[in-house]
Amino acid sequence: MSMIEVKNLSKKFGEFTAVDNLTFSVAEGEVFGLLGPNGAGKTTTIRMLCCLISKTSGDAQIAGYQIGDDGTASLAIRKLIGLVPDNIGLYDELSAYENLDYYGKLYECPEDVRKVNIEHFLTMMELWDKKDQPVSNYSKGMRQKVAIARALIHDPKLLFFDEPTANLDPESARVVRDIILQLKKEGKTIFINTHNLAEAQRICDRIGILKTKLLTINTPEELEKTVWGSKTVIQVEEVNDQILAAVRRYSPKDLSVEENKIVLSLTDPQKENPDFVQAIVDAGGRIQYVTQLNPGLEETYLKVIEETK
Amino acid sequence: MRLSKAWMVASKDFKTFTKRKSIFYSIFYFEVIVSIGLPFVIRFVTSKPGAAASLPILLNAFSFLFVIGAALAPVGIASYSLVGEKVQKSLEPLLATPTTDEEILAGKSIAAFLPAIGANFVGVLIFATLVDLFTHNLLGYFYYPNWNIVIIVFLLGPLACLLSVGYNVLISSRSNDVRSAQQLGALIMLPMGAVYVLSETKVLDLTTTNLLIGAAIVAVIDVVVFFLVKATFQREEILTKWK
Ligand SMILES: Nc1ncnc2c1ncn2[C@@H]1O[C@H](COP(=O)(O)OP(=O)(O)OP(=O)(O)O)[C@@H](O)[C@H]1O
Ligand SMILES: [Mg+2]
Repeated sequence: MSMIEVKNLSKKFGEFTAVDNLTFSVAEGEVFGLLGPNGAGKTTTIRMLCCLISKTSGDAQIAGYQIGDDGTASLAIRKLIGLVPDNIGLYDELSAYENLDYYGKLYECPEDVRKVNIEHFLTMMELWDKKDQPVSNYSKGMRQKVAIARALIHDPKLLFFDEPTANLDPESARVVRDIILQLKKEGKTIFINTHNLAEAQRICDRIGILKTKLLTINTPEELEKTVWGSKTVIQVEEVNDQILAAVRRYSPKDLSVEENKIVLSLTDPQKENPDFVQAIVDAGGRIQYVTQLNPGLEETYLKVIEETK
Repeated sequence: MRLSKAWMVASKDFKTFTKRKSIFYSIFYFEVIVSIGLPFVIRFVTSKPGAAASLPILLNAFSFLFVIGAALAPVGIASYSLVGEKVQKSLEPLLATPTTDEEILAGKSIAAFLPAIGANFVGVLIFATLVDLFTHNLLGYFYYPNWNIVIIVFLLGPLACLLSVGYNVLISSRSNDVRSAQQLGALIMLPMGAVYVLSETKVLDLTTTNLLIGAAIVAVIDVVVFFLVKATFQREEILTKWK
């Protein structure tokens, strides 16, 4: 069953279209990442899905409930989701415990469940011994952890994270990522907005690239493949005409030479690579390396975004 | 609307006020001055010859100060409770919980209204008791309680307090700074202050009838402000237009 089902969803602010005609779905237990430049509409998308702002047109269902339908559906949706917004919005005067307790009440958790969950999550975040300090004393990373605990307090099935590691140092960012991976293991469905491509690659099952419109959507690996195709790089001691003629005889889709590297575009590299290697060796080439070109998600992302210009 | 939800929101604000003492004390400044300071002014006045004749007029005008008190007392809380959330950016996660806009609004209003009205009530009790103590010999009867103060405590005061809460919600939606919200919010006392001055200068007589007419006028304004507030306090507005 899909947890999130979005169909032709759009949002306009006045005449300005912030989100245009999104269609995608997120399966139960999946980690879905939305990548996109500043102003792409990522936060707007999350806000619509969390029933914080209205949609302009299109449809979206969260666990079968229609967003923007009526008050009852919105309340039902908000009960089963947890949100970590980009501005986390903790109450500075209150302690971590009091912040969580307030949200536990708002999420209608009975007192005994609330107590158990607060202790569980603050312990998980390694904040239990600081639970009674006002959160204004906390570091950014600690505050982010409290915000995550707050989103988990009612044990939601679906979690929304809006740039959860932005502004965190690498170590805190890693801790937050590990928590998200842990939640994934527990079977939560996770929707995450991010600019951080390495992070998306590490934790997302699928990635959508958004720039007002959804440009593409796929697993990180497939995304690279479909954007770049499969490329093989053969590095030889010295490239000469004989070698190139030998390579051309096997008519690769695309061929380019950079210094002593021959870059080939292939349909089925595993089957074709040995032929090319053999041909180069037969033409007297001395092979130093044979590698698969791995542009990485960053290059892929930039290429996809570039193509919209 | 579930009152239990509104109460959760209000309770959290109460907890915040116990930690932000300056907000908590803001309820009492005016009340303390009026309820303890003024009786001693009266005591001083009664020591002058011929005071008995002018005393009731003076006391009647002083009673009206508790309408102003009821309007001023919630200003600090109401503006902090909303602008504070705005500054801390806590409205987005709050709105993401299964709580309706009305419940949040009601909670915020309760948080400002109840302590203010409570403080005003206590202020009136202290004031009336001291005044009776100081003036009984001279007047030969207990000035308080009388109908005017009953109308002020139970009708005009609460209506003015409600108006002040609503007005402050409107101010808060346009403000990003607690202090300036409080200053603008305190302007609510101007029309009531004008009434007070008019009564002191004997242009307006604060009879029981006039107080009731005043209450009716404030009630009508309350209804108008209520609809304005309701239109302003909507999640979409809050997240996309409140700056
Ligand atoms: N309340 C609003 N009124 C008018 N325009 C808005 C409003 N909120 C967002 N926008 C516009 O909609 C577009 C999308 O904004 P959004 O915040 O969703 O982007 P984002 O992808 O989250 O960006 P970032 O990476 O900077 O967080 C932006 O161009 C923004 O200026
Ligand atoms: Mg954003």
